[in-house]
Amino acid sequence: MIETDQLTRRYGNLTAVDALSIRVEPGQVLGLLGPNGAGKSTAMRMIAGFLVPSSGTARVCGHDVVREPLKAKRALGYLPEGAPSYGEMTVREFLQFIVRMRGLSGEVAYRRFDAVVQQLQLEEVLGLCIDTLSKGLRRRVGLAQAILHDPPVLMLDEPTDGLDPNQKHAVRQLIDVMARDRTILVSTHLLEEVHALCNRVVIIARGKLLADATPAELEARSRYHGAVSFSAPGSGMSQEMLGRLPQVAAIEVDPLDGRITVFPKPGARVLEPVETLLREQGLEVSEIQLERGRLDEVFRQITTGGNGAEGHA
Amino acid sequence: MSPLNAVLRRELRSYFVTPVAYVFLVIFLVLAGILTFYAGDFYERGQADLQPFFTMHPWLYLILVPAITMRMWAEEAKGGTLELLLTLPLTLWQAMLGKFFAAWLFIGLALLLTFPIWITVNYLGTPDNGVILAGYLGSWLMAGSFVAIGACLSALTRSQVVAFILTALVCVLLILVGQPQVLDFFSGTLPRKLINAVAHLSMLRHFEAIARGVLDVRDLVYFLLSTLGWLVAGVLLLDLKRTR
Repeated sequence: MIETDQLTRRYGNLTAVDALSIRVEPGQVLGLLGPNGAGKSTAMRMIAGFLVPSSGTARVCGHDVVREPLKAKRALGYLPEGAPSYGEMTVREFLQFIVRMRGLSGEVAYRRFDAVVQQLQLEEVLGLCIDTLSKGLRRRVGLAQAILHDPPVLMLDEPTDGLDPNQKHAVRQLIDVMARDRTILVSTHLLEEVHALCNRVVIIARGKLLADATPAELEARSRYHGAVSFSAPGSGMSQEMLGRLPQVAAIEVDPLDGRITVFPKPGARVLEPVETLLREQGLEVSEIQLERGRLDEVFRQITTGGNGAEGHA
Repeated sequence: MSPLNAVLRRELRSYFVTPVAYVFLVIFLVLAGILTFYAGDFYERGQADLQPFFTMHPWLYLILVPAITMRMWAEEAKGGTLELLLTLPLTLWQAMLGKFFAAWLFIGLALLLTFPIWITVNYLGTPDNGVILAGYLGSWLMAGSFVAIGACLSALTRSQVVAFILTALVCVLLILVGQPQVLDFFSGTLPRKLINAVAHLSMLRHFEAIARGVLDVRDLVYFLLSTLGWLVAGVLLLDLKRTR
């Protein structure tokens, strides 16, 4: 479990993290979302015990990170931003170093080492210098380091940054598997990640918590939530008729490809009426899409809109 | 294995996988030889002892210890591994001591490798080997003080060059502060008591007696205390960086 209470960090006049209070329970994967410079990494560094909070507290598994740093650090697996590691060491040496630092020994040490190497598919690069590895492999070594001691709490700062789509998929699967009985805090600025990984999202900007919701709840805040879009050649006349449907709030036509998006009035459903209308008009529609809502739009609205909290926080 | 041990081993290994260790050892041994036999008038003195050899050590350490210690924390701060290291379950003291002992042991190894000079002097004459042993011990203790200074100042900056220059500067000040020329310069302006106190801070003054083979408890305490003092300062500095 991770709890922060009014966690604050100031650099001179700049407040990087401003009274952040979050709570992540076992079984949860919380996505910490925010634009670059929002304070995600600073918050994580405080929870990991690297930076000391200016005020407020953070606890990992009930251990205060300032008063019981060693206990908190033992319960935590942490991947710092950019997955730093000692470049002049080979992967094997580096992981063995972490094994010793984590105080693992004997049978357990071997078992964990082998399990992690297998999970992150590092068998073939064990003898290579970390300096010579690709960005994706270095990230995997960083992840291996974080999960080596099988921690109950995992905190990953942009774990899929710099990975190709296949590697991203592999890392997400790994996190999914680990998520069952663990507390996981993941920071990211990739919105696709939120869907793939998280069952809860916290959005911060300028150090402040602006939203705390499930991905679906966030999508529901989008203007596009429940909207219907389709392409139909020669549908110029049908626009007027669509506009007359009682459920429809607005219609937009993409000037590039002519795709039509129909926005519902609050609480209304437009898919069925639109379909019925198109069928009655005898218009050929190759495909029709019901939008879940666009996270990027919600994200922009919350992080730039100044007053994005709207009491949801 | 304790985290201190793990850090120590990692540091020592990192000296030997990069060329640092070999370059250092070669330069140290070559310089120690040259300085002893040419600058130190080893033969001309006609005495079977290693005093010229030990007299050169402060000047050797002045250049070579900062080269070893400059990367100690500066490299970790720059490469981001400091965040990795300090979020592992170890205290700042364990990290600092692990790194300190690695560098100190390494310099101990360099000292051991000067044994041909010891063989030479034993071949040429019959020196007092107790005196020589005391000299080695004192030299190693002094090296500890230099390493502690380097460890502290490396924690101050992300730049290895800055760490090197600062360490060399502090070391040269501590070597020279007891020299008569320096003390004479201030004798007109500063009170005598202060000058005496400052003179006692001098590394050279404490080392000269050891180099002659006199192991005075006060000199040993001086080196141990200054080592400890600089290590405390280094740990405080690291801690301050986390709060600032």
